[in-house]
Amino acid sequence: MSIKEQVVAIIADQAMVEPADVQPDHTLEDLGIDSLGLVESIFAIEETFDITVPFNANAPTESDFDISSVAAIIAAVEMLKQEQAK
Amino acid sequence: MRRVVITGAGTINPLGPDVATTFAAMREGRCGIGPLDIRDVDRLTIQIGAQIKDYDQATHFNRQQLVLYDRFTQFALLAARQAIAQSGLEFSGALADQSGVVLGTSGGGLTTQDENYRAVYEEGKNRVHPFIVPRLMNNAAASHVSIEWNLRGPTFTVATACASSNHAMGQAFNMVRSGMSQVMITGGSEAMLCFGGIKAWEGLRVMSKDGCRPFCATRNGMVQGEGAAVYVFEDYEHAKARGAQILCEVAGFAMSSDASDIVTPSKQGAARAIAGAVKDAKTSVDQIGYINAHGTGTAANDKTECAAVADVFGRHADKVLISSTKSMHGHLIGGTGAVELLACIMALREGVIAPTIGYQEADPQCALDVVANTAREAKVDVTLSNAFAFGGLNAVIALRKFS
Repeated sequence: MSIKEQVVAIIADQAMVEPADVQPDHTLEDLGIDSLGLVESIFAIEETFDITVPFNANAPTESDFDISSVAAIIAAVEMLKQEQAK
Repeated sequence: MRRVVITGAGTINPLGPDVATTFAAMREGRCGIGPLDIRDVDRLTIQIGAQIKDYDQATHFNRQQLVLYDRFTQFALLAARQAIAQSGLEFSGALADQSGVVLGTSGGGLTTQDENYRAVYEEGKNRVHPFIVPRLMNNAAASHVSIEWNLRGPTFTVATACASSNHAMGQAFNMVRSGMSQVMITGGSEAMLCFGGIKAWEGLRVMSKDGCRPFCATRNGMVQGEGAAVYVFEDYEHAKARGAQILCEVAGFAMSSDASDIVTPSKQGAARAIAGAVKDAKTSVDQIGYINAHGTGTAANDKTECAAVADVFGRHADKVLISSTKSMHGHLIGGTGAVELLACIMALREGVIAPTIGYQEADPQCALDVVANTAREAKVDVTLSNAFAFGGLNAVIALRKFS
């Protein structure tokens, strides 16, 4: 599976929907994922990709990790994987 | 002062997943103690316990719930579900705002802690699941009961080791009695049958390797159990007005501290709590038909408890029936008083005294009528349930037949 497919699978699992129903422009709120669901999703992303996601739940918009949409999360994970490969 | 009655009871414990099954097991003198089935049991010296068998958490809760519910929370929710269903109560408006939850536990989410420590220390992981804290906290069970049934009044957890449940129920009783709340959900829950939980207890050298035989001359220690019991304590007038079924009355409660030793029990401390509960129930020792003993099966507890009962009861000590149901369901630590209250309710409602099973030989230091091995029929109007915790903290509850 590609990074995109894996991230979509994690988000779909958390939102309890089929991966096909997760659209790139969806926000987590659109998908019914609350703050607890968000930290669980980030945990799943860290476990799946063996990366550390720089995210502080106290200041989510100030984090380097963009969670504004599904596409933004996928891009952020891809960037973290690239940095890890360096 | 208001009268307080019990209008709902629920449980899941090593003797059964509900009150009816537990009563049947207590009548039959069934033993819930057996070989422990937990990870790394081969590294334990103590390999027996009273586990809840055939329990599949996925049949009771969905995945979203399970990431937040430690085993002790699951047990509390299952017991509360039965108790509140039996009471027929629904919580909204003013009733919801003043009804709350007081639960006892000693270890709280100990299994969650154990698994988490294993992950970071033994397996060397540097990342843990985000919900470890809300799972392991001691108030998780009380909070989830509050959330599930919209109980918006006073809600907290009491942790006084082996007396936690009795202290919790004593708080709930006094809150309803004082008029602070018309309904309180109360009891206790425990689930510390995990490697680290048992290993810690092993260190004290008070655990039996072969069984729990309270008051018996051959007793050689306690056996741990797990589970929960939860009750609905309700203002009698409130219960009467809605035509609720009343299981029994909560008649009195007393507590004391030994203020002497952190583990060795004191006869005087226990006696003050027993006498206090009798007095608080506005009754006398000759009216007490049954005592559910703390009866852990340790050398120290059982002889001290019998001496305390003998002191308080005087010449009536030979007449009162006393038994320890820990011989069947094990010692549920912070949940034990709640499960043991069921034996008192059975005595009052069904006239059956649950036995002390595994009893082989009389101990002259425990020379009371301990209802050995088989249940006994008896007409009982008032019961006591004892709990004496490490730390020297004692809590005794008196129940009265409702008529």
